[in-house]
Amino acid sequence: MKILVCISKTPDTTAKIAFTDNNTKFDTNGVQWIVNPWDEWFALVRAIELKEADPTVTVHLLTVGEADADPIIRKALALGGDEAIRINAAPTESQFVAHQIAAIVKDGNYDLVLTGKETIDHNGSTIGGLVAGETELPFISLATKLERQGSTLTITREIEGGQESCEVEFPVVVSAQKGMAEARIPNMRGIMAARTKPLKVIEPIATTEYTETLQFELPAPKFGVKLVAPDQVQELVRLLHEEAKVI
Amino acid sequence: MRILVYIDIANGKIKKATHEVISYGADLAAATGDSLIGVAIGSCQDKLEELGSYGLTEVIHLGKEIEQNAPTEVNAWAISALASEMKAKTLLFSHSLSGKLLAPLTAARLKAGIVTGVVSQPELNNGFCVKKSVFSGKAFAKIAIKTELRVLTICPNSYPVKQVSGNAAVSTKAFTAAQSRIRTIKAEKTSGALSLTEAEVVVSAGRGLKGPENWGMVEELAGELNAALACTRPVADAHWRPHHEHVGQTGVAIAPNLYVAIGISGAIQHLAGVNRSKVIVVINKDPEAPFFKAADYGIVGDAFEVIPQLTAALKKVKAS
Repeated sequence: MKILVCISKTPDTTAKIAFTDNNTKFDTNGVQWIVNPWDEWFALVRAIELKEADPTVTVHLLTVGEADADPIIRKALALGGDEAIRINAAPTESQFVAHQIAAIVKDGNYDLVLTGKETIDHNGSTIGGLVAGETELPFISLATKLERQGSTLTITREIEGGQESCEVEFPVVVSAQKGMAEARIPNMRGIMAARTKPLKVIEPIATTEYTETLQFELPAPKFGVKLVAPDQVQELVRLLHEEAKVI
Repeated sequence: MRILVYIDIANGKIKKATHEVISYGADLAAATGDSLIGVAIGSCQDKLEELGSYGLTEVIHLGKEIEQNAPTEVNAWAISALASEMKAKTLLFSHSLSGKLLAPLTAARLKAGIVTGVVSQPELNNGFCVKKSVFSGKAFAKIAIKTELRVLTICPNSYPVKQVSGNAAVSTKAFTAAQSRIRTIKAEKTSGALSLTEAEVVVSAGRGLKGPENWGMVEELAGELNAALACTRPVADAHWRPHHEHVGQTGVAIAPNLYVAIGISGAIQHLAGVNRSKVIVVINKDPEAPFFKAADYGIVGDAFEVIPQLTAALKKVKAS
């Protein structure tokens, strides 16, 4: 079984969100970069678990990013991936990224393509579906559980008001979310091994421009909290009813 | 030209978020002079005609005899085919579980530009530019769509529903489903729970509650407010509450009218998932809890005393 795990570089979950150049660029000053948590904690760790259960499984990592993405690729490899591909381009928009991934998927003979549910910076939740649409592979979104028997996967996914279990044969694209696996911390042996694992850099394929991010803005600041004494809860009820008009 | 809006049906019922997407589509159609058409797939107990009251004049109902527990990828193929047939230029979905499945599949088929999590009407004076939520609710991005075809998903609870008079004309069409390779084995409904992303009021609790056995008072308060329940990541990770209730940067992002946070200090990762809420109430015994800075109303007090009193006060108001 050959698994492709698509990973993204995102700012750390505690990073300060600010913009420069007339709010057209994310301010990277002082920002720590991490593997997108949805990709790492759920997609990648589940892939590694499948490999641990069956040593013939290979786990391949893929990211679309420039050279500054290499440290997060090494971190992902330290957790347990076998090798990685970096497509040497800034991930400017979802269709661009999906086209790059689809090109690799079409050539790579992968049985399972895993993505995280979304990235914590762009919050698109589109890559899995776009790649599946482009490669004409089945797509299971927002999976919370994935079990393998031979070349059949049994997957539980979240649906409106509940969950659904389904079965599918290889090859398939799955987006992973919470429940799929538990986050891990790389150990020293993994970190040492990751240094020499193959990381192939390839140039992007040409695509047309679908969308362009023009500008960012920050939400309007709050005006300050109105405190109510703990023995005056009826006052809070009144404020919510009469002033905020939300109950 | 035409705008298609996907009518989200779950367990035979039209999802509330669809009303918002229809209102969005109706306002967009009015601004562009396009016509708005709804697409429903599978059997529906609700009356599709009544969607006219949100500004929809025409509905195409595909495969009305087919039972669907949840949309499948096959729906995306049907929507793409219909969009091509009708020469629709803009397709609208809710940024819901089904929208996250169908919108990208449809965009790939149609080679459309896609923007998800849209929070306002597009600017049309120079192309087609929409605002979406990014950085897990900590910012917005303005994105221009440059393709002829566009797919948008609209954030739940971010666009006001408008009521108008009139019924939609419903026509039916056969659903020529190609065979998906995915086989559904079973679907389970979560018992009676309100959908977290659609709920107008959400009551959420954190580690301040000390243990899962103390959730009874939170559930009572939520019941009184007709609210959905949520929790923080440590609570979900400790298995005090199910994972699907975890709101925050790596959980569900929500934007209810009212978010009540009990015993939650307000870590930046938690705030990211909830700071688009219109009104935030924080109840915490630590006056230094960072959440108070992001709140509209607050009570510095012990949740174990405040919550039962609050529930009682709400009951009293309801009774009077």
